[in-house]
Amino acid sequence: MHKPLLEVRDLQKHFPVGGSLFGKTRGVVKAVDGISFTINPGETLGLVGESGCGKTTTSRLVLAAEEPTAGTIEFEGRNVAELSGAERQSYRRKVQVVFQDPYSSLSPRMRVGDIIAEPIRAHAGLSSAEVRARVAALLELIGLRPDAARLFPHEFSGGQRQRLAIARALSTDTRLVVLDEPVSALDVSIRAHIISLLEEIQRRLSVSYLFIAHDLAAVSHLSHRTAVMYLGKLVEVTDSLELCRAPLHPYTKALFAASLPSHPDEPREEIVLSGEVPSALNPPPGCRFHPRCPFVMPRCSEEEPKLAEVAPGHRVACHLY
Amino acid sequence: MPPLLRVSDLRTYYFGFHGTRVVKAVDGVSFTVEPGETFGLVGESGCGKTTTCHSIVRLLAPGARIVSGSIELDGQDLMTRSPAEMRKVRGRRIATILQDPMASLDPLFSIYDQVAEPAYYHRGLRGQALRQRVKELLTGVRIPSPESRMREFPHQMSGGMRQRIVGAIAQAGGPRIIIADEPTTNLDVTIQLQYLNLLKDLQRATGVALIFVTHNLGIVAKMCDKVAVMYAGKIVEMQSVRGLFYRPRHPYTKALLDSIPKLGVKEPLYGIPGQPPDLAELPTGCSFHPRCQRAVDRCRVEEPAQLDLNGDGTARCWLPIEPLPSA
Repeated sequence: MHKPLLEVRDLQKHFPVGGSLFGKTRGVVKAVDGISFTINPGETLGLVGESGCGKTTTSRLVLAAEEPTAGTIEFEGRNVAELSGAERQSYRRKVQVVFQDPYSSLSPRMRVGDIIAEPIRAHAGLSSAEVRARVAALLELIGLRPDAARLFPHEFSGGQRQRLAIARALSTDTRLVVLDEPVSALDVSIRAHIISLLEEIQRRLSVSYLFIAHDLAAVSHLSHRTAVMYLGKLVEVTDSLELCRAPLHPYTKALFAASLPSHPDEPREEIVLSGEVPSALNPPPGCRFHPRCPFVMPRCSEEEPKLAEVAPGHRVACHLY
Repeated sequence: MPPLLRVSDLRTYYFGFHGTRVVKAVDGVSFTVEPGETFGLVGESGCGKTTTCHSIVRLLAPGARIVSGSIELDGQDLMTRSPAEMRKVRGRRIATILQDPMASLDPLFSIYDQVAEPAYYHRGLRGQALRQRVKELLTGVRIPSPESRMREFPHQMSGGMRQRIVGAIAQAGGPRIIIADEPTTNLDVTIQLQYLNLLKDLQRATGVALIFVTHNLGIVAKMCDKVAVMYAGKIVEMQSVRGLFYRPRHPYTKALLDSIPKLGVKEPLYGIPGQPPDLAELPTGCSFHPRCQRAVDRCRVEEPAQLDLNGDGTARCWLPIEPLPSA
């Protein structure tokens, strides 16, 4: 049994809202409210959910850009909150990020070579010749010519810019890349390239990915396992193909029903959810999904279901199982 | 019986730098829309689909000009209409729904004012009848408790509700055609499904025709009867929705279909090499040839003519993909 690369246990992040500089806060938004998951070396975990469900807060917690309210994140067996300054540097070197919009995530005033070299210079302490060689190797990895290093980001298309963002994320000894909607802003014909590139990089470097997206088809394509999030909680975690074949949680079923068909005659189980995602400021009692759930039972509004294993490797938080 | 809308050989160009740079955003587009039909216009960003729609309602940005072509609604030419006459067409006969509902709603006017405006001007409703109509429209787009909601303002609504209000405004003038330009791109998946189903229901109830502009082939599969695929300002293939998905004839259509991930399938995806061309400096011959695997010498020099696919639709290609004999 190998040890997981990242182990998140009962992670919580609450944001106080309202109130002025001296006033009392009016409440807390429980953006992430007790989630646990693991990512193994060389594995991709997909995280899906609608806007406001806490996906991005989760990614910021993993990136140590945000301090958790409660719960722990363990990376390579060490609690991230207890790392010393130097160890924290090493953590930041190993955990990198690729954002959704490659137009805002690359500085327009820096040359591509400097953009990719910046994390290397900040962390690795290599000579400038070594840095240049590393940048050239990274450009080759993402399928660009080495002389691209002299150009500026505006000279590249959206897909190429996203490649550059990926190269930057891999420039240090990266073990985990948080991919926050990396293909959502790209054109359809470009998305396939980026997804294939990410797959190839994983094969060559055996890095792990935390792949955050709302497009189920892309998530299931790239991820080994998928976690479904609703209002700050995980509702289902399992193997991606298993999730597509037999989703168990009613919310997951609804997400699949809402995903668009791949051809006009695709048979569909139509589960149209009524209403919208409730406010995280005042989540419903019991199961958070119960006001919209088509299979709601009296118990659901009283007791919160726990994320329990219903089949090997298949965890669901629902009273139906 | 003429079609509801006929667009023939439409060319809309953007002129920049005193006319030295000409961007051929729409370059010879022709299609027809029948009453009650849903027509899909698909393509990647910058292929000219939005400019095509803006040309139909003549809401073009400064610098853009319709160079040639004709647009007929119910057999009447729209190109010769004055701006004042066009104002009577927009909202009354052709309505539009845009991508971002917050940009189409005015934050300073109540929901009632905004939904009532087209009914007031185009349908001449006043007083109690107008109020009743607004209530009906809001009920039609499933706004809960419309009586109190109509007194509220756009910022008090969620994204899905705002887009439904825009749908109600589009209906208010009683149009024959609604142009929906990426109406669900900003919505979450479950809300997107609600909205698409709502548009279908409205269409069934009123018989309005829809022009659906999108880059999402899944939406096309769900919503459309007929589809046109645009590439670099031209319609490269036009077919019935089933024909397009099962017997794509243009290599670009085929490549697009092969590049989308499908649920529960881990087959490698096909990525189209290269990137869409600059519309000011189009490649010679067929605009798609630098990215096409099937390209031959002729594709590089000579622009393909529109090919009739034996009643299946049209394709602009010298070497269309032969459909497999159906089993």
